[in-house]
Amino acid sequence: MFDLDLWREIFQSINKNRTRALLSGFTVAFAIMLFTILFGIANGLENTFEKFFIRTAENAITIRFGTTSKPYKGLQIGRQIRPSNKDLAYLEKEFGDNIEYISAKTSRGYQVSYKKEKGSYTISGVSPDYQYIEKAEIKDGRFISLKDVKAKDKVCVIGRLVEEDLFLKESAIGKYLDLEGVQYKVVGVYSDGGGDRQERVIYAPYTTIQRLYYGNDDIGDITLTYNPKLTVDQALVLIQEMTSKLKNKFDVAPSDQRGVRIGNGVLTGKKRLDNISSGLGVLIPIIGFGTLIAGILGISNIMIFIVKERTKEIGIRKALGASPRSIVSIILLEAILITAFTGYIGLLIGVGILKATGSSLERYFITNPSVNPSILISATIVLIIAGAIAGFLPAKKASKIKPIVALRNG
Amino acid sequence: MLKIHQLHKSYPIGDSSLHVLKGIDLNVEDGEMVAIMGSSGSGKSTLLNIIGMLDEADEGEYILDDLPIKDLTEKKAAVYRNKFLGFIFQSFNLINYKNALENVALPLYYQGMKRKERQELAMFHLEKVGLTDWAHHLPKELSGGQNQRVAIARALAANPKLLLADEPTGALDTKTSYEIMEFIQQLNDEGKTILMVTHEEDIANMCKRIVRLRDGVIMEDKKVTQVRAEQYV
Repeated sequence: MFDLDLWREIFQSINKNRTRALLSGFTVAFAIMLFTILFGIANGLENTFEKFFIRTAENAITIRFGTTSKPYKGLQIGRQIRPSNKDLAYLEKEFGDNIEYISAKTSRGYQVSYKKEKGSYTISGVSPDYQYIEKAEIKDGRFISLKDVKAKDKVCVIGRLVEEDLFLKESAIGKYLDLEGVQYKVVGVYSDGGGDRQERVIYAPYTTIQRLYYGNDDIGDITLTYNPKLTVDQALVLIQEMTSKLKNKFDVAPSDQRGVRIGNGVLTGKKRLDNISSGLGVLIPIIGFGTLIAGILGISNIMIFIVKERTKEIGIRKALGASPRSIVSIILLEAILITAFTGYIGLLIGVGILKATGSSLERYFITNPSVNPSILISATIVLIIAGAIAGFLPAKKASKIKPIVALRNG
Repeated sequence: MLKIHQLHKSYPIGDSSLHVLKGIDLNVEDGEMVAIMGSSGSGKSTLLNIIGMLDEADEGEYILDDLPIKDLTEKKAAVYRNKFLGFIFQSFNLINYKNALENVALPLYYQGMKRKERQELAMFHLEKVGLTDWAHHLPKELSGGQNQRVAIARALAANPKLLLADEPTGALDTKTSYEIMEFIQQLNDEGKTILMVTHEEDIANMCKRIVRLRDGVIMEDKKVTQVRAEQYV
């Protein structure tokens, strides 16, 4: 029930005892502000960390094909395994549910030139899906399309740095690149968070590469991303299954480590990443918890001080007929009101500081420091509850003081 | 109005205990004005506190207006104090951040009276003690005598059956003391029952009855001819 008179009493008490209110409010505001800033910085560290370590999709795997190292089913050792377009289709059919994106990948170095500018770059023949596997971000134009693949067009998508190297200040879109005598039309420019090396690659439809340079339908490697819903362990099982099916298909001995290989380096990396992330995940709550504890202790101290200071007033009120309950509620509500209000202010200041300094912190490995609002609100609520508990115990004790004892103290 | 029978009270001091009240018998009728006297340590303040339900007796009977006061919960004691008793303290005990009017209105707040009503009633009582012009001043802006008058107005606000005064003039100079006593006498003339602790003979003689305590027992209990305070003012 809303009791206007009670709130009037509380507001008067706050208003007439401003130093006291400011003192307790400052502690709360400061604690919440620190909490926000520390949490933001910790989150910023984590953001940086993710940016540095995630080059390709976390769930990407590459299937590589080589020469057999063991004789099997009457076949000789040292046989080159050559997967083709139909093997790509086979994988899609067999593991369709567990495959998110799949692409062929034939890579080779070429001399590339545009007008007078020259350079040596890796050309990868890929499928349209490769954009998502590599997490290439299209800056200009588009990526390789299905139509390009079907028509075996001489088009290419170049990395941001290729454009910079060869086209200098011009836009590359629509221009023709010379790849060892063959003209490729540039249809897109991409950037890749994975670093410089990955922005110096040129992508072309794998079918075009097959037609122009190999004259067959060999596809080199296969890269794919598995269904992101799979756990790391499920993914490892999937990899094993793929390996054994492909080995069976190409008559490679099950124990042969070279004929068909699936690198799960990314997966082990992901495991490591998860470990470090969870390390940060432990550190962040500890920081937050520590700050909150400091805040709670501060509030508790002040509440005890406030109740002590008000002992005489409590005695007077009791002598005039205040019930213990009304004593508790007047002290408690004042504490909650101050904590909630100043907690909110601290929150605003903290977020403001993060916003103001956020971008200048990048050289300290802090990217986009920000805090989830729900965490902030729960932190404030925790402080309010702590303030309430911290206020409740002394208030309860004070409400039980015999008025005569309280009055004698004055 | 007030019946006390064989009242005992001890305070623990370390391992032993100090027997402060050793069987007090006291009856006070409606309209009386009683001074309780005694040297310090005689138990006079303890007795007043027990009567004021600010403290509890260990043993004995205490009946206030036919209502036995025993084993009260804090809540009940609060209600009784509010309804039956008005307090006047030596150190006034006003709330320092509330102005005179708000201080007088406080017991009415605890009665659950509406804000407007209680402000009107508080104003009425302030007028009675002659402080209408000072209603919106804080205690620190008032003199000792004025503060005590605010305290008296506050004690009267809830229209109590019994007015309890603990050394009401203890912090005041003689002239102001007599002014306050004059006022208290007027209240008594109007029919209020008043119980007052004092150690000043002249103040005690302004009451109608003097009860002398010594070492926790009543030594003497006699009616006196009231000395009117106005003759000194």
